[in-house]
Amino acid sequence: MGTRTAVVGVGQTNHTSKRKDVNGQELINEAVKRALEDASLSLKDIDAIVIGNMDHFEAINVVDGWSVDGSGAFMKPIMKVTTGGSTGGTLGSCGYYHVASGLFDVVMAIGWEKNSESDTQAAISTCSDPILERDFFGGAIGPNAAEYAMYMKQFGATQEDAALVAVREHNNAVKNPYAHLRKLITVEDVMKSPMLCWPIKLLDSCPRSDGACAVIYASERKAPKIAARPAWVHATAVSHDYVYFGDYDWEKMPTCQATVDRVYQRAGITNPLRDVDVMELYLPFSTCGVVWMDFMRFCDLGEAPKLIRKGVFDMNGELPINPSGGVMSTNPIGATGLIRIGEAALQIMGKAGERQVSDVRTAMATAFGSCYWFEATVLRSTKP
Amino acid sequence: MERIAIVGVGQTKYERGKTKNFAELVYEVARKALDDAGMELSDIDNVVTTTNDFFDGRTIACMPIAEASGSYGRDATNVEGDGTLSAFYGLMRTLSGVYGTTMVTAHCKVSEGSPRKLFNQAFDPVYDRLLGMDAISSCALQARAYMHRFGITEEQCAKVSVKNHGNAKNNPYAHVALDITVEDVMKSPMLAEPIKRLDTSPISDGACAIILATEEVVQKKAARKPVWIKGVAHCTDAYRLGERDLTHSLPLETAAKKAYQMAGIKDPSREIHVAEVYDAFSYMELMWYEGLGFCGPGQGGQLIDNGATQMGGKLPVNPSGGVLSAHSVQVAGLARIAEAVLQLRGEAGRRQVPGAKVAVAHGITGICAQTHCVWVLSN
Amino acid sequence: MENETILEVREKDGLLIHQGVIRVPYTWAAGAVASKFYAGLRNKRIYGVRCPTCRIVLVPPKKTCHRCFGELSEWVEVGHEGTLQTFTVVHYHEPELHPLKAPFAYGIIKLDGADTGMTHVIAEADLKALKEGMRVKAVFKEIPGGNYLDIKYFKPVKGEK
Repeated sequence: MGTRTAVVGVGQTNHTSKRKDVNGQELINEAVKRALEDASLSLKDIDAIVIGNMDHFEAINVVDGWSVDGSGAFMKPIMKVTTGGSTGGTLGSCGYYHVASGLFDVVMAIGWEKNSESDTQAAISTCSDPILERDFFGGAIGPNAAEYAMYMKQFGATQEDAALVAVREHNNAVKNPYAHLRKLITVEDVMKSPMLCWPIKLLDSCPRSDGACAVIYASERKAPKIAARPAWVHATAVSHDYVYFGDYDWEKMPTCQATVDRVYQRAGITNPLRDVDVMELYLPFSTCGVVWMDFMRFCDLGEAPKLIRKGVFDMNGELPINPSGGVMSTNPIGATGLIRIGEAALQIMGKAGERQVSDVRTAMATAFGSCYWFEATVLRSTKP
Repeated sequence: MERIAIVGVGQTKYERGKTKNFAELVYEVARKALDDAGMELSDIDNVVTTTNDFFDGRTIACMPIAEASGSYGRDATNVEGDGTLSAFYGLMRTLSGVYGTTMVTAHCKVSEGSPRKLFNQAFDPVYDRLLGMDAISSCALQARAYMHRFGITEEQCAKVSVKNHGNAKNNPYAHVALDITVEDVMKSPMLAEPIKRLDTSPISDGACAIILATEEVVQKKAARKPVWIKGVAHCTDAYRLGERDLTHSLPLETAAKKAYQMAGIKDPSREIHVAEVYDAFSYMELMWYEGLGFCGPGQGGQLIDNGATQMGGKLPVNPSGGVLSAHSVQVAGLARIAEAVLQLRGEAGRRQVPGAKVAVAHGITGICAQTHCVWVLSN
Repeated sequence: MENETILEVREKDGLLIHQGVIRVPYTWAAGAVASKFYAGLRNKRIYGVRCPTCRIVLVPPKKTCHRCFGELSEWVEVGHEGTLQTFTVVHYHEPELHPLKAPFAYGIIKLDGADTGMTHVIAEADLKALKEGMRVKAVFKEIPGGNYLDIKYFKPVKGEK
């Protein structure tokens, strides 16, 4: 049996479109300092560090070594993990396993991205196979647009259903001081926004942001001394089941299902709507916030629009999703998945300020990226 | 630390211009490791792959090799860094109690890109990337500083190259096996003083995989000759060269001390029977002798002179030929672990160090070996 | 700007090899600290920062001290001259990387007043006579570009034994 592990501190920068005042190391440092402050720890209390981003966005090789001034890794163990958009989830798991192994007591996971420093689509396009897929790869939007087009046709979902998700995400963000986009919008605003790739419009899409997030994990021995209400890690799961976009089964979302089924089983969750109090989901487009609800096992296939129209996932609903405003409000890609974990942890720790959901005992965070890869983490206020 | 063993290893032959693609290379070694362990993919509980977006020319470089590494239907993750680090993450995942077995893979086709330009990308774009340094020119600064301080000679460095290239003749996986003399090394073209061509490692394509298992799995599957992990640690120096003491590797010393402490090793120069260290350049092996505690500070040259690290010596170093004989970036550290495992199993063929019971495997990453990872293994 | 081109297709051992290139444009933010450093270079002034806890002056400057993790806000001007700590004479050619044509030298220079070294290029020198401890001096670019090569290189101080 491994060492029980909890999140004891979270720090993030005020995410924005361009941070010209700081270079990457300095950006990382802001999040690190805030996480240490949040946990009332100093750097010497950190036993190991793990860091991640998506390399082609900043073109820095060996980011772990380069990050030392910002991450505090001088004369400490540091390593780098990266899995594309799901990097943040990968980071959280890596921090968790460092501590769960029993080899380290307090470990910091850092996710960051300075998306403003590169041409995002140009950098992303190199994720597709150069010989077989790159010429046809339409960036991140294409596949998701096609997915929703199929879903609308099959189940009668509408663009307005997706717009409801967009409105929820954006309006939640207004209460999150760290969010990038903080502006109240309406369904009408979404419907009128420029069409990007039918049926996805501008306000249905995530921004790209500059930002960093640091999450501190601690062992059973140390966690209660650091945090009044640690967020205990109960389970993680991940699915990297596909390599080629053409192989993916759009109607079954096998990676989403494999991941959530595995994490629910490991965490003892049988009815997620009932058993989980809040979720921070990696939804890069509002349409994902419709389609994926079926595959999260909240309802039967095609029933998601009903739940959305009823407000089940709103702040005062049965299962609030993305009180932070989610990816649609803030998206520094290497950090985004880790921000989900950090926000879910803040909910359990009771430190989510104006975006706090009441009486949170079980929270879940997901990460998404690359070839429909999913990663999930379940946190609870009680020890596993 | 709970007992975790390495139960399977696999390597490709290291060579330039391999025509297999990344997935094919990873599949080759994953398959070899499974066969070596007497396991099937269904026995693997999770996967850690090692990739580098720059060397692979792919954003999310772990995507193309996901299926080949066995990621389908199980938890998988990816490290960017030396294979010794990804193996360490694999170890931590195995220790967590969530997984009974872990597959760790690494691959790189260094010859596919422009390694010098890719290494230059490790320098800070805001400051000194414009200087145009790469691994050779930056390591030459370290070599010169180390050699100048302690009076280490180019001939002593050359002896490392002679030894390792000669050892490589016994290693069917090695890229560059040579019968050379110190004079040959001294006469080879000067690249960046004091580093000459025969002081450098080759540009190698290749892959490596290892399988970790808990003691419970080892007992159930009666794995042949498990090799137990006794201690592992890594440590990172300051980033900027001007902020470090280039003559002495403090991060290596720190990591080694911690790994030895975990393993209960008090005098490495006596208790270690064989070592596989990351000699990207000949001078490095001498510096790593010191950091690993095989000799005192500044005595690396003496150690190579007295023959202790030769085959048949008191503490053979790099019987495989080391990184000087095969350098597939990020793979080479995992290969050091694989070679140490073969030694401890007594399966190292003509490069076997007889009776080896305790081995050290070592990996580095970053400019001038900023990060070191030390493994202590025993049978 | 094209970000990926298949330049040519070759054959090896009956298999196809696709030769391509990846071009992704970047705009790195130097940040306020590096910007101030480069503004200094424009005026032929070299600045470092002092860490009050560790009592060292770091050149080039940075925002955080790696040793104590303290914020660095005390700017210090350092000299144009310094001591060569280590160096290497480069003999191979990498025209797309190297700022000068080989043979030339790289070195780490500890400027007067600084406690850390600055990696840079050594030129206008007898490459065979370079020595640890020798005095070198910064040579500035006539028209600065706001980057690290606004110091063109370091050259040995004349009259140095």
